[in-house]
Amino acid sequence: MLEKFAPLFVDDTEVITHSLVQDVRLKSGKTLALITLDNFKDHTRPTTLGPLSLKELDERLDELEQRAKKGEIHGIAITGKPYFLAAGADLSKIGAVKEKIIGRLYVELGHYVFAKLGDSSVPTFVFINGLALGGGVEIALNAKYRTLNSAAPALGLPEVFLGIIPGWGGSYLLPNLIGIKNALKVIVENPLKQNRMLKPAEAFEMGMADAMFGPQRFVEQSIDWADEVINGKKVKRPNEPGTLERKTVWPAAVKMARSMIKERLGEIPESPYVALDLIDAARSGTRDEGFKREDDVMEELVSGDKFRASMYSFNLVQKHAKNPQGAPDKSLARPVTKVGVVGAGLMASQLALLFLRRLEVPVVMTDVSQERIDKGLTYVRAELDKMVERGRLDPDDRNRYSANLSGSLDYSAFSNCDWVIEAVFEEMSVKQEVFGKLEQYISEECILASNTSSLSVTEMAKNLKNPERVVGFHFFNPVAVMPLLEVARTDKTNDETMATAMAVGKNLKKTTVIVKDEAAFVVNRLFGVLLSEQMKALDEGFSFDDISEAIKPLGLPMDPFDLLELVGMHVAAHMMDSMKAFDQKRFYASETLGNLAEHGKILVKDDKGKIKGFDKGAVALLPEANPGRDKETIMTQTLEGLAREIKIMLDDGVVHSAEDIDLAMITGAGWPFHLGGITPFLDREGVSQRVNGKPFHDPMVVGVKN
Amino acid sequence: MISKEVYFVDGVRTPFGRAGEKGVYWNTRADDLVVKAMIGLLERHPDLDKSAIDDVAIAATTQTGDQGLTIGRTSAILAGLPQSVPGFAIDRMCAGAMTAVTTTGSGIGVGMYDMVLAGGVEHMGRHPMGFGADPNPRFLAERLVDSDALNMGCTAEKIHDRFPHLTKERADAFAVGSQQKAAAAYEKGVIQKDLIPVSAASESGWSVVDRDEPMRPETTLEGIADLKTPFRPHGRVTAGNASPLTDGATISLLAGEEAVRKNGLKPKMRMVSFAFAGVEPEIMGIGPIPATEKALAKAGLSLDDIGLMEINEAFAIQVLSFIDHFGLQDDDPRVNKYGGAIAFGHPLASSGVRLMNQLAAQFEEHPEVRYGITTMCIGLGMGGTVVWENTNWRG
Repeated sequence: MLEKFAPLFVDDTEVITHSLVQDVRLKSGKTLALITLDNFKDHTRPTTLGPLSLKELDERLDELEQRAKKGEIHGIAITGKPYFLAAGADLSKIGAVKEKIIGRLYVELGHYVFAKLGDSSVPTFVFINGLALGGGVEIALNAKYRTLNSAAPALGLPEVFLGIIPGWGGSYLLPNLIGIKNALKVIVENPLKQNRMLKPAEAFEMGMADAMFGPQRFVEQSIDWADEVINGKKVKRPNEPGTLERKTVWPAAVKMARSMIKERLGEIPESPYVALDLIDAARSGTRDEGFKREDDVMEELVSGDKFRASMYSFNLVQKHAKNPQGAPDKSLARPVTKVGVVGAGLMASQLALLFLRRLEVPVVMTDVSQERIDKGLTYVRAELDKMVERGRLDPDDRNRYSANLSGSLDYSAFSNCDWVIEAVFEEMSVKQEVFGKLEQYISEECILASNTSSLSVTEMAKNLKNPERVVGFHFFNPVAVMPLLEVARTDKTNDETMATAMAVGKNLKKTTVIVKDEAAFVVNRLFGVLLSEQMKALDEGFSFDDISEAIKPLGLPMDPFDLLELVGMHVAAHMMDSMKAFDQKRFYASETLGNLAEHGKILVKDDKGKIKGFDKGAVALLPEANPGRDKETIMTQTLEGLAREIKIMLDDGVVHSAEDIDLAMITGAGWPFHLGGITPFLDREGVSQRVNGKPFHDPMVVGVKN
Repeated sequence: MISKEVYFVDGVRTPFGRAGEKGVYWNTRADDLVVKAMIGLLERHPDLDKSAIDDVAIAATTQTGDQGLTIGRTSAILAGLPQSVPGFAIDRMCAGAMTAVTTTGSGIGVGMYDMVLAGGVEHMGRHPMGFGADPNPRFLAERLVDSDALNMGCTAEKIHDRFPHLTKERADAFAVGSQQKAAAAYEKGVIQKDLIPVSAASESGWSVVDRDEPMRPETTLEGIADLKTPFRPHGRVTAGNASPLTDGATISLLAGEEAVRKNGLKPKMRMVSFAFAGVEPEIMGIGPIPATEKALAKAGLSLDDIGLMEINEAFAIQVLSFIDHFGLQDDDPRVNKYGGAIAFGHPLASSGVRLMNQLAAQFEEHPEVRYGITTMCIGLGMGGTVVWENTNWRG
């Protein structure tokens, strides 16, 4: 072990993955040294490869190399404890380095150890027996041969998703093993599709493994296969790139991928482009040159802001979201055995479908006319049929859900519901009337939920006999896709109601954030801040384009005016009126928005939905004026508005933490993972300090400079 | 009378492991052992139409935990057999796998099955003998059986009592012979060819078990002469002349004539007859004697017609009682040519198919032999015997 790695080994908190060596007698009479990676923890703690784990592996590999040279062993294989090969580098370690050099050394150490698999004097194998992520896949790529368990849960290189790149050889070795197009898919495209993983059959098809065996005798069959290879069996790799691919297909594919990503994500994310550079360079040169390039870019990436912010986001989604802050004792939750949905429009029908599939209880829908009810029922059943056609729903389950669905004009059908949710027109008097009428039929314990996006739930409940059973339950459109659910608590909502709401949210497989019933909750309230700044800018004389350009560094998933059209300009205008009623200093309701809504469109799009420009009629509605300020100030003022509003929300107890805000913005509005949602970005840009006198996070979510 | 021919096509087993925490299978489930053996067997017949398997019968003595839940069905699903293939569980204690073979073989005989998988498993480390049993108090209250009847070691001591000329020295000599014959068979490689190596997880990593762990080829007469007699003071039964507690699984493929033809199979043995018989529970070890007489009678054969015998060595004394009854020599070369359970171990409900595997291997070596038997004693006073014909026989 090289002296330079010594600084990595001082941390004694690492959960070490041990490298356990067993000699295996092969049928041919030769001997295979089999290394098992095992951290001696149960299945809830996958094996990870921290510095001390790598050190132990390195020592075992050195010993085995000595034995190989003496002719005592004829091959080296690595596999994992049951169900896991390895989940990669120890992210908790790499995301916490305090000096740049430590991050670099950790990356170099992985290369140093893994390279021994490629350089060994005997054949080396990795038997991918289970989950293999990141460094887990890379340890396999560094070996000379790989076998794969057909029942492994997933394989993947999620690095780009986390703001880094495969830095233990993956960026060089993978394209050289499976060809450029497959490698682009695994390293860049899949991570950018919500971190999509590979199933074993797909990975095998691509050439990531040389042989695939069933789970029952995976290790035994892998050993027999290794025996054949050790004794001269030729292994074919049809996807390994040839000269022609390297010269022509390779650069063209990288170029195409680059332009596609640019169009989809803009230039704010860094890691996809760095990955593309590395993959491009992997076309020629030696392995060690490739590894050196990985070391160089990783030194910057792992110490950078975006990786830290990505890790922050990753922890929000993986850990913070699992234990919603402010949730009452789970045991207070009441069982929900029948659900009522008031309304049969598109939103209500989506809700009915979700409750049917996730809670698997009877769902009864109502509306003002039988015709509307029938339309809703037809929609839900058609959606179920579509899922069956796509093979995503078992026909028996379709029949079950379909039989569980009914409609009734008569509210007495709700009498034995445990949960009724309304999704009627966003008008206070309508909602109050619905709840008042429901209360005549339902039991005192039945929970009344409202899917309102901006009305006061407290107000809705004020005339009820039992306001303590009312809760806001705000979904995002499309309901089946968007993970966020804002659960709004009024002053009167009791713990039983909240506990039940949280349990229902969890069973619906939503990410729940508990919010105080105030001013459109989290996502729409911050959307209101954005829209206020945008409308103010339009009224001052800025163009649509000025605004779109100015806020680009926020890395939002859509153009702001595209989003406005998607939400619906009438809906947005309606919402801004209530936001202004809430606080007219901070929220700006412009007549321009109403005018644009009347006009109906802002953007000109081609038939593929790509934005081509701005509608002339819409542009004509904007006032002619000289803004008298730079367009950069649009961004500054937007950020300041956000920082101010978030501080107020935290002070007022709208949510329990800045983490709640970021979790909501990431899962409810698609705000960027690599910026940590919004608060780490506001801290980093110095905005929180400037506006509120202190950052949201202490310590701040930032990288290291030296 | 069997009206259709029943063939033992092939049989395999896992290597046997010592039961208990130090054994190689301590961290391996019983059902996984069955599954590995099953897949290993099917891999030897890659062209076999798996959906044509009519049933899967797996025996286990203690049918709880990883040996419960109708293990014939669970293991078929876990092995990835088509869902259309059913399965069931069988229990006749030590003769579980033998009963799996005779029961499903009977199904082939009457034409209701074409092809079946039959075997057994016992993870005696995870399922100690008699664990969780709840014998009816009437057994003892009404003196239906002696208290010794439920302790297999005690039933073995009772054979010594009944036949005083079958001495501890003869039992020890037989046991040493078993270890030596087993070691010699290993030397020739005849045992290993029907073993399916098993990867086993442990705290020292994955290891591959490819031979029987219980074997003690170094055993000598002197070495075992003074071992403790755990079943009674100054008794005769010791760990040296009894089979050890063992983990392991076995499985066989049986087929009728048509299935043999259709799938191009090469059967190793043909089932001629079988019989089970009851004796006093207190002296269960003599069970093979009446069972063999009954099975031979059904086949119209006598012991003189039997060229090779696989007798389960639960205890050396129990094999000696058989040998003595039929007037054979203690070291008769026809008996347990490759050694027996004293060396390999005896994972109760799985042993029946091990006997068949070894008889089939000997048949292949001895085309001059036409008939052989597999026989074993069974708890609560029973014996079972199957008479087999050598398909390699050149008369």
